[in-house]
Amino acid sequence: MSESRNEQEREEKALEALKFVDDPEIGLNVVDLGLIYEIVFNEAEKKVLCTMTLTTEFCPMGDSIMANVKEALRMSLPGIEPEVQLTFDPPWNHSMISEAGLEFLGG
Amino acid sequence: MFGPLSNSPIAKTTSPQVVIPFYAYAALSFLAATILLFFSDQSFTGHYFHPHILAITHLMALGWATMIIFGASHQLVPVLIESDLYSDKLAHVSFALAGLGIPLLVYGFFAFNMGWPAQLGGSLVLGAILAFIANIAISISRSKRENVHAVFVFTSTVWLLLTVSLGLALLFNFTSSVLTRNSLYYISLHAHLGVVGWFLLLVLGVGSRLIPMFLISKYSNPRLLWVVFLLVNVALITFSLLFLFHPGTNLHYIPAILVAIALLLFAHYNRQAYKQRIRRKVDDQMKVSLLAVALLLVPSIVLLVLLCALLLTTGERADLVLLYGFTIFFGWLTAIILGMTFKTLPFIVWNKVYRHRAALGKMPSPKDLFNHRVYKVMALLYLAGFVLFACGILLPSPVLLKVGSLALLATACLYTWNVMLLVNHKPFRK
Repeated sequence: MSESRNEQEREEKALEALKFVDDPEIGLNVVDLGLIYEIVFNEAEKKVLCTMTLTTEFCPMGDSIMANVKEALRMSLPGIEPEVQLTFDPPWNHSMISEAGLEFLGG
Repeated sequence: MFGPLSNSPIAKTTSPQVVIPFYAYAALSFLAATILLFFSDQSFTGHYFHPHILAITHLMALGWATMIIFGASHQLVPVLIESDLYSDKLAHVSFALAGLGIPLLVYGFFAFNMGWPAQLGGSLVLGAILAFIANIAISISRSKRENVHAVFVFTSTVWLLLTVSLGLALLFNFTSSVLTRNSLYYISLHAHLGVVGWFLLLVLGVGSRLIPMFLISKYSNPRLLWVVFLLVNVALITFSLLFLFHPGTNLHYIPAILVAIALLLFAHYNRQAYKQRIRRKVDDQMKVSLLAVALLLVPSIVLLVLLCALLLTTGERADLVLLYGFTIFFGWLTAIILGMTFKTLPFIVWNKVYRHRAALGKMPSPKDLFNHRVYKVMALLYLAGFVLFACGILLPSPVLLKVGSLALLATACLYTWNVMLLVNHKPFRK
């Protein structure tokens, strides 16, 4: 129970950190943009795997965004090795933008 | 700082070193063209077949518009076709050949010396285009997916090749009889293949992808784009056949109407994309780009008036022909470049400078890399210069031509200043 809460807290911490990583063109963070699909912790190996996508498969900024995601995880979760996995299944679409993101874009 | 993201299926992006020189060259060409325009403004009260007007037109068409399209294409085609650019080396070859050829060609026109400088310049430009087409064609052929935007891009490069080949034949025709008639006769064909086949088709193909993308629009309508594609190509083929096999016909309104329908459909496409956008705030660069879509209608209206004048009168309206060309090169094309430069170049530079400097603190965003106040002043000067110079051609008014050309020169200075600010950007943190 406490392990599960611990994991939930770390996931929240990771998501908070990722809110400082913006898509440079849109100016919206990757969490509210809906690019982060999953964050999974591996206790035994002290690793965290972040599965994410990009708004388009050949996004010219893709490398930078992923490097920033990795670095944000590294900074927010000391002692845990972050890995970033890119997927386009399912591909990103507008419905993945959060309410806060829609508010930001529509402001 | 980081190891490679080994599990990343993301493709490599085109090196900024490939792309940035094209942008810098284009900016300097625009500046040179507006300087020539300022000192040759009074040529715009006479006939369009004037050495200085030919020089300015080719500097605008090749040095300004084509060079920036080449640069942007090397970056954007991989995004459009979802595949890597085939070769950076071919891109460098293309830049070197065009970079040497364009000044020689423009000098030849300006001095009206159609001997070796113009002929060598034109041949080098043709070589640059062959290298560009090979690069784009191989890149597209390696793409796993087909899409309408890539078809637009590839077809436009084929029209570019035809345009430049005909242009080179016209050049050699000045010194030896290559063609059955004099070069002046073919100018209309050469110009329309270039403007409609190369510039219009490419802008329609790329714009229909980028405008909804930058607006984060839900709208998508590939079927409408295929109709636009067919209309423009049928118009070009019809125009070419009429020109070659039915000279003197009054049927030129047929391709003009086909293109006009295509433009109206494209305007509808953009209107829908704009209406269904998620991103409500539209930045200045997008406003200028959307203005360019509206400015497409200006040369279309001028052409309509020109065709009516040709049908109703026997004399040629040189002022309308000049206005037609001006609204294309200094109107529509320039507006779209002024807008899209600052939607693409900041990202290319940002990628070059910051992609390996991941977040230890908030980094500047791409839009922080150029001066927005200068951009706003540039946009206003541009609009004023364009309207004043166009009125100067129509009235005709030497004063309006001078003031308009001065405003356009100031536009080019501010544009070049902002481009140089970008390309010389050094890393800093907020």
